[in-house]
Amino acid sequence: MSGESVGFWILSLISVFSAIMMIVTKNPVRSALNLVITFLCVAVFYILMSAQFLAAVQVIVYAGAIMVLFLFVIMLLNLGSPEALIEKGTIQKPIAVGLGIFFVVLLIWSQALITLPQAESRAEVTQFQGTVEAIGLSLFNPKLPWLFPFEITSILLLVAVIGAIVMAKRKV
Amino acid sequence: MLEKFNHLFIFPEYFHGVHLPSLVPYIAVVGCVGFILTILPMLIWIERVVLALMQDRSGPNRVGPRGLLQSTADVVKLFFKEDARPKNIDVSLYHIAPSIAVITSISAAATLPLQNIHFEHANGVPFTVPLTAGNVNIGLLYILAMSSLQVYGVVMAGWSSNNKYSLLGGLRASAQLISYELAMGLALLCVIVMAGSLQLNKIVDSQNILPFAGAPEILRGSVLCWFWIRSLIVPVVVYTIAMIAETNRAPFDLPEAESELVAGFHTEYTSLKFAMFFTAEYVAMLIVSGLNAAMFWGGPLPPLNVVPFTLIPGFVWMIIKIMGGVFFYTWLRGTLPRLRYDALMNLGWKRLLPIGLVWLFIIAGMNLGTDLLIERYPAVKNLVPQEARFTEPEAPSSASPGQADAAADEPEPVQYNALSNPGQPAIPISRTLPARRVR
Amino acid sequence: MFSDVGTQHYLILSAVLFSIGVMGVLIKRNPIVIFMCVELMLNAVNVTFVALGRHFGQINGQMYVIFALAVAAAEVSVGLGIIVAIFRSRETIDINEVNLMKF
Repeated sequence: MSGESVGFWILSLISVFSAIMMIVTKNPVRSALNLVITFLCVAVFYILMSAQFLAAVQVIVYAGAIMVLFLFVIMLLNLGSPEALIEKGTIQKPIAVGLGIFFVVLLIWSQALITLPQAESRAEVTQFQGTVEAIGLSLFNPKLPWLFPFEITSILLLVAVIGAIVMAKRKV
Repeated sequence: MLEKFNHLFIFPEYFHGVHLPSLVPYIAVVGCVGFILTILPMLIWIERVVLALMQDRSGPNRVGPRGLLQSTADVVKLFFKEDARPKNIDVSLYHIAPSIAVITSISAAATLPLQNIHFEHANGVPFTVPLTAGNVNIGLLYILAMSSLQVYGVVMAGWSSNNKYSLLGGLRASAQLISYELAMGLALLCVIVMAGSLQLNKIVDSQNILPFAGAPEILRGSVLCWFWIRSLIVPVVVYTIAMIAETNRAPFDLPEAESELVAGFHTEYTSLKFAMFFTAEYVAMLIVSGLNAAMFWGGPLPPLNVVPFTLIPGFVWMIIKIMGGVFFYTWLRGTLPRLRYDALMNLGWKRLLPIGLVWLFIIAGMNLGTDLLIERYPAVKNLVPQEARFTEPEAPSSASPGQADAAADEPEPVQYNALSNPGQPAIPISRTLPARRVR
Repeated sequence: MFSDVGTQHYLILSAVLFSIGVMGVLIKRNPIVIFMCVELMLNAVNVTFVALGRHFGQINGQMYVIFALAVAAAEVSVGLGIIVAIFRSRETIDINEVNLMKF
């Protein structure tokens, strides 16, 4: 068993477990922290797939910024105590779990049906593709289709910043 | 003269059948952790003595000569303190929080560039291996990621303690960390734009150059070539302010403002758990000072390329520079009063962030302008820092332009060396990368 | 079962994570947690992108993930702003109480 396999099996168990804990636990702060664990596991998956740059960005953006924002809002609205939102037992829950398990089975079954074409990747090529240089060269290469979406993304982020400020300032 | 001593620092590649270069990362790991854990008590002592000097007091003077063993006594005291635990806390989070704080701050040391170790291949080809635990492509991003994870230790401690002071301290600390991370990142981006790499030892290498053509060899990699002056001083100022705010030290120590918040997020922690937060704070100080040294102050490079300086190995220079950063921390703590919370946020968002953004544009424009000028007037090349940033061995490009057009994700094949060093021992990996303009 | 890991394993893992996210959206009534479940689903899809990108030796998968990250960051800032605004006006964020758009 290679190092990648060992890492994959351990981390996949951890990530699935903490994802389940996220939706099982009643306390929003705990769900957020469980989700952070899942995100960190995903970052390590990226490293295992030799996407180093994405792993770093995943930790910085998701774990370092987005989840901190979540925790902030939870603490700000004082939803930290479990009594804040009482989850009543409804008919919705068992149906949702049943459908969810059905969905898992469906997805795995559909993947068992198809066979992926033979892998075309060579180890040294994929290893280089994860680096900052490779990503930057593709992102800013005018011959590739990524430059325009990249510019659009900046506008999207600007709109989001303005939207968030307007939302926070407005007195309703 | 120089050559006379230089051979002392060159090691053979194989020593009794042991491949020495592959041992280097392990040495770096042991060295980093050992250094951090042994310097910590000293650090506290240094801080107290320097502070006492500045405030004209005598400082620690009871335990050991000149109070040297005071920190040891403190550690022993912390060991034997009762581990008090408040009621109604979130038990597991309360216990995990200190360890997260320590782990994230110590592990950030992994990519700091300590030194280049010179080896000699059996056939006489010299090569260098950086003394770094993980000489990874994303070195700088890794440190930033680890420092952004430090928020969790603080937030979890503040939230799980079930205490208003702790919660307020935790919220303040995380708000401060998030807002100053931006300014810090922008200041570092200025350097990245100039160095052209995120790999910290490459950033150090790009400071090891001549300041202008025909400069005496004494100036190679000297103070004049470091990025604090080459990025026109403003980024280093922004970074230094941001790094002090990042580590929650005076004058930005609002999260632990004892006059208003008791002790902030670690109010409810006693004994060794408190000691762990303390450790995390000091280690974070060392790490951000180390990053400052590597990015702006030449890292392991000596200030002048002459004999008494070059004889001192690189990691000692690194430690000296880190200690300079620690001294600066203490200096500020001894002189400046604490900022108000709104003043802190104003400084971060309304001053440092715009300055950083504008300066990034200036640096990028400067780089571009120099390239254009060199194209127009080749004589300009003699005035700017010599050697290309991020040099790569030029390789014969056999692909025709039509081929390069067609294959978008298979650019023209160019021999690409992983590390810019020509005599690299690592497996020569041929990778595909379009040829870069080397000036 | 514990064999060497290939692309298929990553795809199955991301399917499982995605389904957990779907379940969370269906079960939870706290909009913040629902939001977090959506983030989990986005991450699961990102894993698929990277795994397939590696499988075919192309960088396109990682490119998509970068854009997904940017969009997620924008989405979270606006979404949390909306949640805070709702909380300010209604003093609750229970998803069953916030039914202004419903007849």
